[in-house]
Amino acid sequence: MTVLNFIFYFLEAVAALSAISIIFIRNVFYGALLLITCLLALAGIYVLAFAEFIAVTQILIYAGGILVIIIFGIMLTSKISGKSLMVEHTNLFSGVLAGLTFLGLLLYFISSQKFNPFSTAKPTPEKSIQAFGTGLMTDFILPFEIAGLLLLVALIGAAVVASSIKSKNS
Amino acid sequence: MFQLQHFLYLGALLFSVGLIIIITKRNAIMVLLGIELMLNASNLNLVAFNQINPATIDGQFFSLFVIIVAVCEAAVGLALVLRVYHEHKTSVPDELHELKE
Repeated sequence: MTVLNFIFYFLEAVAALSAISIIFIRNVFYGALLLITCLLALAGIYVLAFAEFIAVTQILIYAGGILVIIIFGIMLTSKISGKSLMVEHTNLFSGVLAGLTFLGLLLYFISSQKFNPFSTAKPTPEKSIQAFGTGLMTDFILPFEIAGLLLLVALIGAAVVASSIKSKNS
Repeated sequence: MFQLQHFLYLGALLFSVGLIIIITKRNAIMVLLGIELMLNASNLNLVAFNQINPATIDGQFFSLFVIIVAVCEAAVGLALVLRVYHEHKTSVPDELHELKE
């Protein structure tokens, strides 16, 4: 149990530190790599929270999909002008003030709440993933189909917006 | 096994860091990174609250659909950033002030 606790706090520290250091980094590419670190640590936390399917989905979609898209975006936008990838900061005082105020409010209200203790019955991984599959096909069939439609619409929309076909009249 | 509060503290921290990144960074791609961080913070909270009643996995379904919407948002957002970069040769949101004049 102590080993699991150690792994849990280690992953939490990795996620928190990599997220915080994105604020101080000026290179966009390093920011994307730090985001990968944070998301992989979060996937480990999901495994410890008995959400194996979400963890695998997180690794596949975020680390494999979104980050590749973001790195493509960084390379494509820096290639055209030849400018460096450095980012300037703006609204530094107001941004940090808003973030810290929000963080303080959240921490105050979370620490003042009493949550129900976890029930002792833990689901086995096989049953959890089986319940996930049957749930997607029975109770959550409508959101599932709508999600498929949304993905199709987003794919077509992104392809149309990013394509460099100029209209003839303008 | 683990305290529920620790999940929630990490989620609050990630959300606030995402907010700070969105406000302070002068680059559209960094703003998208901040939005991803905020979506992940909400996902972490959903997974954590799912542990209170692990017999039903409604929270995990919720976070799965949040991930799907995040994918669509990232794809369309980066396509828009690329398009704006082609048209205006900048990826700084403050320099896009055509509608203001």
